Amino acid sequence: MAQKLKKIALVASLALATIFLALQAQAQDKMPAVLPANWDNVLNEARGQTVYFNAWGGDPKINAFLEWLSGVARSRYDIHLQHVKLAATSDAVARVRSEMRENERDNGSVDLLWINGENFAMMKSGNMLFGPFAEQLPNFKYVDRIGKPATLKDFTQATDGYESPWAMAQLVFEYDPQFVPTVPKNSTELLAWITKNPGRFTYPQPPDYLGTTFLKQILYEVISDRVVLQSPATQAIYEKETAKLWQWLDAAHPFMWRQGQGFPASESALAQLLADSEVAISFSFNPGRASAEISAGNLNPNIRSFVFENGTIGNVSFVAIPLNSKNKFGSLVISNLLLDPLVQARAQDPAILGFMTVLDIKSLNLEDQAAFSQLDLGVATLAPDLLGKSLLEPDVSWMSMIAQDWQKRYGVLK
Amino acid sequence: MSPVLRPISGQDQGAFMSLWSWNGLWPAIRLSLVTGLAATLIGLAMTTALFALFQGHRIFRVFLRLVAPFLAVPHATAALALTFILAPSGWIMRGVVTLFNALGIPISQTPPDFITINDPGGLALIFGLVIKEVPFLVLMCVAAWAQCDAPRRRLVASALGYGRITGFWLTIWPVLYPQLRLPIFAVLAYSMTTVDMAMILGPSLPPSLAVQISKWITLPEPLYQGMAAAAAVVQLTLVAATLLVWRFLELMGRAISRAQFQSGIRGLSLDGPIKFFGLVFGLVGFGVLIFGLLALGIWSIAGLWPYPDVLPQTYTPRVWAEAQSGVIKATQNTVILALLSTVPAVFLVLAVLQSEFLGKRTYRIQRIIYVPLLVPQITFLPGLYQLTLTAGISGQTLTVAFAHFIFVLPYVALTMGPAFRAWDIRYAMVASAMGASRKKIFWQVRLPMLLCPILISSAVGIATSVAQFLPSQLIGAGRIETLTTEAVALTSGGNRRLIGTYGLVQSLFPAIVFGLALWVPTLTYRNRRTLRAPK
Repeated sequence: MAQKLKKIALVASLALATIFLALQAQAQDKMPAVLPANWDNVLNEARGQTVYFNAWGGDPKINAFLEWLSGVARSRYDIHLQHVKLAATSDAVARVRSEMRENERDNGSVDLLWINGENFAMMKSGNMLFGPFAEQLPNFKYVDRIGKPATLKDFTQATDGYESPWAMAQLVFEYDPQFVPTVPKNSTELLAWITKNPGRFTYPQPPDYLGTTFLKQILYEVISDRVVLQSPATQAIYEKETAKLWQWLDAAHPFMWRQGQGFPASESALAQLLADSEVAISFSFNPGRASAEISAGNLNPNIRSFVFENGTIGNVSFVAIPLNSKNKFGSLVISNLLLDPLVQARAQDPAILGFMTVLDIKSLNLEDQAAFSQLDLGVATLAPDLLGKSLLEPDVSWMSMIAQDWQKRYGVLK
Repeated sequence: MSPVLRPISGQDQGAFMSLWSWNGLWPAIRLSLVTGLAATLIGLAMTTALFALFQGHRIFRVFLRLVAPFLAVPHATAALALTFILAPSGWIMRGVVTLFNALGIPISQTPPDFITINDPGGLALIFGLVIKEVPFLVLMCVAAWAQCDAPRRRLVASALGYGRITGFWLTIWPVLYPQLRLPIFAVLAYSMTTVDMAMILGPSLPPSLAVQISKWITLPEPLYQGMAAAAAVVQLTLVAATLLVWRFLELMGRAISRAQFQSGIRGLSLDGPIKFFGLVFGLVGFGVLIFGLLALGIWSIAGLWPYPDVLPQTYTPRVWAEAQSGVIKATQNTVILALLSTVPAVFLVLAVLQSEFLGKRTYRIQRIIYVPLLVPQITFLPGLYQLTLTAGISGQTLTVAFAHFIFVLPYVALTMGPAFRAWDIRYAMVASAMGASRKKIFWQVRLPMLLCPILISSAVGIATSVAQFLPSQLIGAGRIETLTTEAVALTSGGNRRLIGTYGLVQSLFPAIVFGLALWVPTLTYRNRRTLRAPK
């Protein structure tokens, strides 16, 4: 009896192993090392490919947008666009790194990746990216390279064509006018408001992306010479320039939400606190977010937004193609499609995403320009001319040093 | 090479140094230790009290009916349910404000700035862990119950004048506990290494070690990858050390029980107070969970729901409508993976147990299957993933099913093994004396008698598979969408509407399976009272 069962188990495991082996490495098709000059060729080669687009999947609005994009890609180019929903971009970066360590050239699982900042810097310096390709994309000519220099510079790092921009973001504060009759114009006024309204302000715990962005924003406000932020931080400069940032935080923390003894985990957790009225001022990296949430019925309709008079940090979302992507032609076509004026206009619609376009609208034909001018920005969105100056992201070194220092100073309760 | 071994192999020599210099290391270790031990002890005490005092009582039957849904709710969902009740802007405070407003008593219309959840001591986390562990431990007791001969032991104890608690502790516990030991180890290890629950309910300055590891691992700098690997080694050592501590507690418990036995104290006066406190804690704890889940259900159809409103101002089916397309495909994958991993696991465990019973050689190496329960997933999955890459089989359904199998197997083994071994061998002797063959005894006597534990362990296996996030995501190269990978990606933000929706969808399949596991034996054994689940 047991013999028989044992045999069954043995046979079963052997069968499993055989199936695994049989499923191994299929034929690998060769990919170009650089972009072919002829775009029609790219379109032909891309036909029928499945592009695995690895992008953060935490926002249903973004997911719905990518599903719509997938429909366009299919009908226009016969490309199957699959959104691989990530909880964190670094998951995909780690996957590409592992695959490349195993020498999986041209057979990787990530075809296209939503990326910027540190992850891009890591992948580019690690020779993990395909390119340069961005400037050869037919729609790249519409990108506003002069007015939006951040489309070519990602956290001070030149993109060199290894990633293609698709959306602009800028830090905006969201507030409840009931508790904030006059909005703070700078960090000094914000601090004054915080001390007068204890428990009603907080920021996501660094090293969360939005949390460190807030710290960088305050640093921009209190620093004597903003230019130093554009080069790598040396220890001496860093210590001198950040002293006022820590003073600001030391003054603010005792009057913040939970007396600075606890912080929300992420951008969405902070957003929830605003929706629950636990805080009266919050902030996000998307100027259209508050309007979009109000129109979706998730946020108090009286919420409005503001920016600092000396500007707030802005940055750009890019897409990049890993060097080991299996479907590079398809990924190129999707990168180009993301720059299509109609796609950009849809992304900017607050009812859809509320992301700001990377294109220079004046360079478009009249019909496409109309698609943008017809957009209703929503009740809580600042008009482009009220959005103020978009500040460049500081060099990556500032971000990681500040995040580490924050951890040392505030990361463990005394 | 697996990242766990990287710091040891010297690739990241600075990793341990950086870890030691992290000022949060000791608080994080202390937090993991205290919450893990406290949650397991309290959970075990509540389960024992439930069986000792209420078995046979209506309360017990009601609770047993709720066990299936409680077990099926994902940890993260349960944690968020608690959050919405307990937070300063949660249902309790909203109720208070609404009541005060109705009575005309002035009260602030903004939430108070209390620390309720995420308290630095980890009380909220312990609370959440206990609530999720008690149903699991109850289920384990149910699986073990039939082999304990409990009614007769209880009869003897009460005939000798012992109280229910003391009688249970002295007569049933000694046969029940050996069957519970492995599940308890699993609970203890889980409580110390859980990430999702600790992230939502636990403190963050610093968080528990497991949460910190999962945070470091998502940062791009190699320094943090090294620190995560080093911390994983510390975490593993910590779990192993805690299991030793538990072993010491077991010995202490035994000594106490012996002393008590010899003293002859009947302990009748214990029953009343324990009954009272057990009821209060149980009602409050599970009341909060039930109301929290109800609230999440409402959130999933809520339009605008600002503070201090007790109910939403508007309702909308939008979230459900949007979730629809993703859910169908994901449900298919989830069911396929659950079956592909659980069915082989159940057969394998049965085969091994039967061959052990027949006196065939068993290998100590078998115990290696329990390693996945003790080692944090995040520490050894990257290694497994590397292996599938080398073999060129990542991203395929069968590979993912195999990864699930690795986690399902230990749960199936630890839920089935004890009951299988505790089966009264005299049934086999009787059958054999009546001329039944070994085969017949196995298929027609033993398996039917073990129906309850087999179904329960299959249900646990399926639920385990359904809950897997990292194996599905990593080994599946992000291409095999399951309900859990969808839910984790979508809820990485903490959006209550989405969590309400996905929490319900994720719970549905396991709830059905647990329900069946508890219900089928009652149906099949309408006329075999002792084979049914306890009532």
